[in-house]
Amino acid sequence: MDEIQVALRKEESGLYRLDGRVKVTLTLGLIVTSALLPNRPGGAYLLLLSALWAAALLSGVPLAKLIRRGWLALPFGLAALPLAFTTPGTPLLTLPVGNGLTLTAAGLMRFAAVLLKAWISLQAAALLTLTTSIPSILLALCALKVPRLLITVIALMSRYLFVFGETARQLLQAREARSSRADGSRRAGGSLLWRARVAGGMAGSLFLRSFERAERVYAAMLARGYDGEIRSLPQPALSSGSYRLLAGGLLFYLLVGLFGWLTTGGGR
Amino acid sequence: MLYSPQPMHIPDGFLSLPVSLALWLISILLIGSAVRRLEKTLSEREVPLMGVLAAAIFAGQMLNFTVTGGTSGHLLGAALATILLGPYPAMLVMTSVVSVQALLFQDGGLVVMGANLFNMAIVGVWSAYAVFSLVRRLAGKARWGLFAGGFAAAWSSIFLAALACALELALSGTSPANLAVPAMGGIHALIGIGEGLITIGALGFLYAARPDLLSSENRQQALNRTVWLGGGIIAVLLTVFSPLASSHPDGLEWVAEQLQFIESARPPFYEIIPDYLVPGIPNEALATIAAGILGLVVVTLAAMSAGLLRRRTQG
Repeated sequence: MDEIQVALRKEESGLYRLDGRVKVTLTLGLIVTSALLPNRPGGAYLLLLSALWAAALLSGVPLAKLIRRGWLALPFGLAALPLAFTTPGTPLLTLPVGNGLTLTAAGLMRFAAVLLKAWISLQAAALLTLTTSIPSILLALCALKVPRLLITVIALMSRYLFVFGETARQLLQAREARSSRADGSRRAGGSLLWRARVAGGMAGSLFLRSFERAERVYAAMLARGYDGEIRSLPQPALSSGSYRLLAGGLLFYLLVGLFGWLTTGGGR
Repeated sequence: MLYSPQPMHIPDGFLSLPVSLALWLISILLIGSAVRRLEKTLSEREVPLMGVLAAAIFAGQMLNFTVTGGTSGHLLGAALATILLGPYPAMLVMTSVVSVQALLFQDGGLVVMGANLFNMAIVGVWSAYAVFSLVRRLAGKARWGLFAGGFAAAWSSIFLAALACALELALSGTSPANLAVPAMGGIHALIGIGEGLITIGALGFLYAARPDLLSSENRQQALNRTVWLGGGIIAVLLTVFSPLASSHPDGLEWVAEQLQFIESARPPFYEIIPDYLVPGIPNEALATIAAGILGLVVVTLAAMSAGLLRRRTQG
């Protein structure tokens, strides 16, 4: 949360000033391109990564932060690990597990490619959030024809997200403060069931607060003339510069895709 | 903010593009029809409620309790939202939660978001709804129905969403199904218990503090036949397809077999597969799933006979 707000404070250059619709489209384009690239690491991935990093550097987003966010998907990599062993190819080494697990070169390549795709896609999505305000993302979703009702709910949600995040933090803190333990005992709190019930009660009280807050929010909206319709100003047309950037970006993705498939000889 | 990624949100890169696009299409169609339905029936008062409740569910996912050592149970919230709001608003709420997690916190990918929406906003919500209303119907007006139904709904929403997630990974050729289905299913059968316990706790609290929120039968629209049929078909497909998929080698190997270049890769292939087949994982999975189907049939029959009995005593 802090990262988003800190990043948005210096809205002066690069991606910050770009139209949200262009940024959302280009981000999705980058992720689709990386999904379409052949399943082995190669120069095409490097091209995508350098374009991403160049955009980040131009807008003053620290690369270290972006790269750190990119590792978020690492635990999920476990799901792809079997690929390294089940893909047929030249055996590299056999692990003495069961009947022997054989690591193959092609398998290792596929595994690395999945991780690389996840890493690049996460960084692209992180760059979008770091350089785009929430209202601007919502306007872009509106332009992408997401239903109004859904956007209204998401908009309201994003307004109270941090309010309830803070409430949940306070609930956890209060539980922590009241869960003292005598020295020597191994854990605080009662049995597993008791602890689950306490967590459940906290969740319930969070929901109760949300019901009560919703009443107040509705009353406040009503007071300001809410009649079931959320109104917003029409979005300005995209400037010709935005169009050029959009076309250039999509052309770049197309070339990267072609390059990726040509350099690996069209897969196998 | 203390926000940790959830194990069920698939990141980009882990699903193939055809699988991602197909699930986007399904999710858009189903969530779109839910939105159209809500636009007609929803009162203007409920719009802010859904937004604020979505924020609370998002924050509620931070609440956890220690199970043992470093592991902890936490809440996904699909079942709780379904019980409190009814299935269509819950679909919208979970769609908002999943979208915000992907867009603002990079928890779950953007291109694979269709799959994450399908698992959590569609499979999670509708399995919770079907199970909850089944148990409620069985229990009649009894109080235990609320808690037993809440636990069962929470558990099955987690378990079925995890199965759907494993099948998507297998269809994309990322994880072999004979590994992904038992692994995801097994882990989430446990995580589901935690979800169920928290759900009971939350329902108990709300029952004590604001029983009016839970007794609102007007929220629970009568189940029509198409909903039952649709839910039943999805449940049966998932339960039948999982053991089928897990007894087959993964998608890529199947293609390799078809293309005959398995010959060149025979030694590692045959070293690997017996290892997975012989310990009886698919059989175990089969047995579990068969037991699941049997349980489903028994519960359905019991519910139907209970309904029949009541009708007869009334008539």
